[in-house]
Amino acid sequence: MAEQREKVLVVVQLSGGNDYLNCIVPWEDPRYQDSRAAVRITEEEVIPLDNGLGLNPGMAAFKDLYDEGKVAIIHGIGYPTPSRSHFRSMDIWHTATPDRVGEQGWLGQAIRQMDPNGSNVVTAVNFGNALPRALAAPGVPVASVGDLDDYGLLTGMAGAAQREQALSAFSRIYTPGVGSGMVMDYLGQTGLDALKGADILKQAPAMYESTVEYPDTPIAKSLKGVAQVHMADLGTRVFYTVSGGWDTHTNEVALQRHLWEEVSTGLRAFFQDLEEHDLGPEVTVLVFSEFGRRVKDNGNGTDHGSGGVSFVIGDQVKGGHYSEYPSLDVGRLIEGDLAYNFDFRGLYTDLLEDWLNLDAQEIVGGNFEKISPFAGAVA
Amino acid sequence: MATTTKSGTDLDLIAHLLRRAGFGATRDELEEYASLGYDGALDRLFNMGDPEALPVDLIRRHQAEQSDNRIAPASGSHWMYRMATTKTPFEEKIALFWHRVFATGQTKLIQGKVMLSQIEMFRKYGLGSFRDLLIQLSRDPAMIVWLDNQDNHKDNINENYGREILELFAMGVGNYSEQDIKECSRAFTGWTIANMPYMSIRMRNNTLRPYGYVAWQYQYDPDDHDDGEKTFLGETGNFNGEDVIEIICKNPATANFVARHLYHYFQADEFPVPQWPFEEPKDPAAIQLMVDAYFANDYSIGAMLRALFESDIFKSEETRYARIKSPVELVVGTLRLAGGFDWPTQEIYKATAACNYMGQALLAPVSVEGWMGGGDWISTGSMVQRINFASGTVGDKNKKGIKAIVDGISERHPTGDVNAEDLVDDCLEFLGALQVGDDTREGLVVYAREQGEIDPRTDDGANKIVSMLQLIVSAREYQLV
Repeated sequence: MAEQREKVLVVVQLSGGNDYLNCIVPWEDPRYQDSRAAVRITEEEVIPLDNGLGLNPGMAAFKDLYDEGKVAIIHGIGYPTPSRSHFRSMDIWHTATPDRVGEQGWLGQAIRQMDPNGSNVVTAVNFGNALPRALAAPGVPVASVGDLDDYGLLTGMAGAAQREQALSAFSRIYTPGVGSGMVMDYLGQTGLDALKGADILKQAPAMYESTVEYPDTPIAKSLKGVAQVHMADLGTRVFYTVSGGWDTHTNEVALQRHLWEEVSTGLRAFFQDLEEHDLGPEVTVLVFSEFGRRVKDNGNGTDHGSGGVSFVIGDQVKGGHYSEYPSLDVGRLIEGDLAYNFDFRGLYTDLLEDWLNLDAQEIVGGNFEKISPFAGAVA
Repeated sequence: MATTTKSGTDLDLIAHLLRRAGFGATRDELEEYASLGYDGALDRLFNMGDPEALPVDLIRRHQAEQSDNRIAPASGSHWMYRMATTKTPFEEKIALFWHRVFATGQTKLIQGKVMLSQIEMFRKYGLGSFRDLLIQLSRDPAMIVWLDNQDNHKDNINENYGREILELFAMGVGNYSEQDIKECSRAFTGWTIANMPYMSIRMRNNTLRPYGYVAWQYQYDPDDHDDGEKTFLGETGNFNGEDVIEIICKNPATANFVARHLYHYFQADEFPVPQWPFEEPKDPAAIQLMVDAYFANDYSIGAMLRALFESDIFKSEETRYARIKSPVELVVGTLRLAGGFDWPTQEIYKATAACNYMGQALLAPVSVEGWMGGGDWISTGSMVQRINFASGTVGDKNKKGIKAIVDGISERHPTGDVNAEDLVDDCLEFLGALQVGDDTREGLVVYAREQGEIDPRTDDGANKIVSMLQLIVSAREYQLV
């Protein structure tokens, strides 16, 4: 048994709006069949689950995780006065601030609580090209890694000695001077953090050994990177990665299935990898999207909607259904969309308080009902 | 920021203009533009159409990797090559501006040809009347499929384009109602792709995703157009798309929104776009200047920019180095300094991929919201990419542009001894009259001293000059424009 480490949260963001109805499918419900005349998961295709619900046919690997009791399905998740703009809605999820424009990312604030002085520049590692706003908070360093195998600074310098001199010159010219202004200070701090982070992270791939083969997809590559850094034990507590392309206005059935195949097989490989290294119990994954999609299809896809679904996955998660599937009764829809019945800030509170052991109120801005997806006291 | 170049004021100002309206300049380019004076340089920038531009089919023929138009880095490389070599940089800069505002992503289209045609449309219409540009945009096959307007039918509207033209392209949140979105969508019914059923079938065979890689053409289908009465932004009539666009264009909110975008891109970093409804513009006078030019010149974008570039607001010292470079600005600017791209090479392809890692995948913005810019470009991860790309690129002394810098510095010091201060100042000047703060300059001088004797006529001296160039393009100031 490996030594027990601190709890780690991995966030997988599905950008574009994962269609809840065709993800967790109420396939027997005639109201579903009627609303989704053209964009429907049929009885032949659906992967039956329980409670009259089924999974998108792309989620076979996800079903394996569910059968192992690792997956909590959080139904009808959303927030008051839903925004159907991708940008605004994602921003709301990132900042946990639905009623005004939030300034700081919820995880950025969480990282600040964990490490108030920014002493570990790799407390949070983002796998992706751009830093999500969820991780952004003033003064909070976040390592953002495109490709873990090629990570370092001034790698194009010819000689090793010259590179050493250049790196120390770099660190001098990036040290913020007095009165150089906010932008220069920001660039300076970020440059210095990058220098430090690169030195730390480059150890990870060399230390990694595994028999697990990840699929050759961008999301699986990111999840493998998460596994590598986690196993290197560098003190990283928050990982973030994004899967794009979920804005299925058109050709939804084929597109969403393909995307779920990528995400599901990636997640299964990731958990196999953790299990092989006996590191499963310290990792929880959150999967979310900025909104669900409209109940009635548009003939070939679906438009932006509200109430959606999130997942919490891990060894210490009590698998099953949480909250309720919103009603499909026409009278209970809000402007043609599912009414949310669980505020996502409650789920954030679960994760912050019961998983990461932080003070959630200050981050989510109040007291929100929790769903308690973890099995008893978290070990 | 303290000026530490030897260059005269006018040269510094023109260098500023070329960084903003173009991608910076080599020492030679700078002198060429400077000989025209500021107004002459401005006129020359407004001259569109590079007669020496390599046609797209030749670019494709030359580079196998760039031939496969299905993926974004391949077709993005076509544009990257054009930007890295163009004689009319303002044209590319304005295309890049509209690509940011009207963010269309090849990730969904799997179709490079229509993406590149959209960029060509931006070159052609990007400085003209906003009305004409919006009409072209609404007929643009890449945009139609990107926002599903081929699925926007008379009897079943798809609001995607109708919403985004108001929210993201022309007006901004808070200036229209949900009902206006529906009415706007109705006006654009029938604005579709020719022979869509055939295209769908054919393309479905090519890829999993919907539309494969056969180029599409715009077609107006009067039978699928909702010709009924609409009430849009307070006006009522049997509006078609063109009518709606005119109503959008004459609305003051539109002028303000476009001006703010131009300000954000050409003048100084603004708040991220989603905050605009809640935050006043940083410089209302600059916005007003452009709004006035917009209404006085038939909604002309070119007139707005000319007004800005001719203003003291733009020319002021405070405006210099006030924006954070976008990845494409950083990459293209560096490639242009290095030079030597007579033909498209693998390196161009890699440069496109590098932009992607820095957070700006050319022709493939993550979503229709485009890129926020400003501080969003800078994270520890993107800094690593930016610094490594720039220092790696100028580290090749066989590159035409780098060789020219080494030779230029060598010529200045015929006796073969360059002191540390001169080395730093020469390098800054030859990199396009760059200015750095005193602390940075001091750090560079210390590094130069550590290199010992520098004789530019020798290989060792050349290597030392090159390493100084590498360090300069790694400095904070090089992240700014």
